[in-house]
Amino acid sequence: MRVAVVTFPGSNCDYDLYQAVKQVGGNPEFRWHRDRGLDGVDAVMLSGGFSYGDYLRAGAIARFSPIMEDVVPFAEAGGPVVGVCNGFQILCEAGLLPGALIRNESLRFQSEDCRMRVERTDTPFTRGYDAGQVIRVPLAHAEGNYRADAETLARLEGDDLVLFRYVDADGAASPESNPNGSTANIAGIISEEGNVMGMMPHPERAMESLLGSTDGVPLFESLISSLAGSAGADTVGAGR
Amino acid sequence: MKRYRLEIRVTPRPGILDPQGKAIHHALHSLGWTGVDDVRVGKAIHLEIEAESEEAARADATAMCEKLLANPVTEDFEIDSVQTDLPKTDQPKVDQAGPDQAEQS
Repeated sequence: MRVAVVTFPGSNCDYDLYQAVKQVGGNPEFRWHRDRGLDGVDAVMLSGGFSYGDYLRAGAIARFSPIMEDVVPFAEAGGPVVGVCNGFQILCEAGLLPGALIRNESLRFQSEDCRMRVERTDTPFTRGYDAGQVIRVPLAHAEGNYRADAETLARLEGDDLVLFRYVDADGAASPESNPNGSTANIAGIISEEGNVMGMMPHPERAMESLLGSTDGVPLFESLISSLAGSAGADTVGAGR
Repeated sequence: MKRYRLEIRVTPRPGILDPQGKAIHHALHSLGWTGVDDVRVGKAIHLEIEAESEEAARADATAMCEKLLANPVTEDFEIDSVQTDLPKTDQPKVDQAGPDQAEQS
């Protein structure tokens, strides 16, 4: 299954994503921000980093990169798109996911392991997890404080669009387990159509027990097996 | 065509947490300015635009704010001032970015 990993100037987790896709048997391909055409890939991933130096707002400039003119229609046609960290910020700026990520409540760059509860397992990104499973994944960001207006938040909760929530070891979403001040401890969300997903923590950095956690592996396995399952379906990457 | 200089002010929307404002508020209180009730931190963006009229310049700036300069989820914007008597010139002014600064950016 072919997965495009987009590199913007300032991306720094693109090789990690590439390696994670490869580790679970996918076929990753790099795309530079100036490239045009997704060339029939099955999924697109936007990596973490500091695209365009985070100037203006994190992700604000990257969303107007040439490659995004292909990523947006790909997502709108139902193609799976994942944004991690800065990639999540870019997806919000691009309007592919609702809300925005502002400065951490602490005002600090938070770099630590966090615990997240998997809120849904019926998505192409999480079907390899158990319902309510608590996973441990690193995070590293200064702007991960998820915000949205009341109407959007009600829709996210009502339609079960919150995919990951920061929790403590017992799986409870407490203020203490919230690393950045995100509303309702939101760590990751999914689009209404279920094909666009963004999250602040880094599953691609939780792929080896040697490095502390393998809790990211099921996410990549889920994606690749979902793609394999829907191969031939017109909605996934057809003609792009 | 005339040149217009616009000052755009982008501020966190009411009700949106402003961690920078909060930190500065705290610092001001520590320094003895206990009468400060609230601090909000935004940014000012200065634009020089060539346009047919002030109205057109403002319309351009508004479109830029809506598309790029402000995020409607978290920020409000205001176009603060318009200066219309700028000389039309292609030369950067002396006090603006010289070659040294340009190389760094």
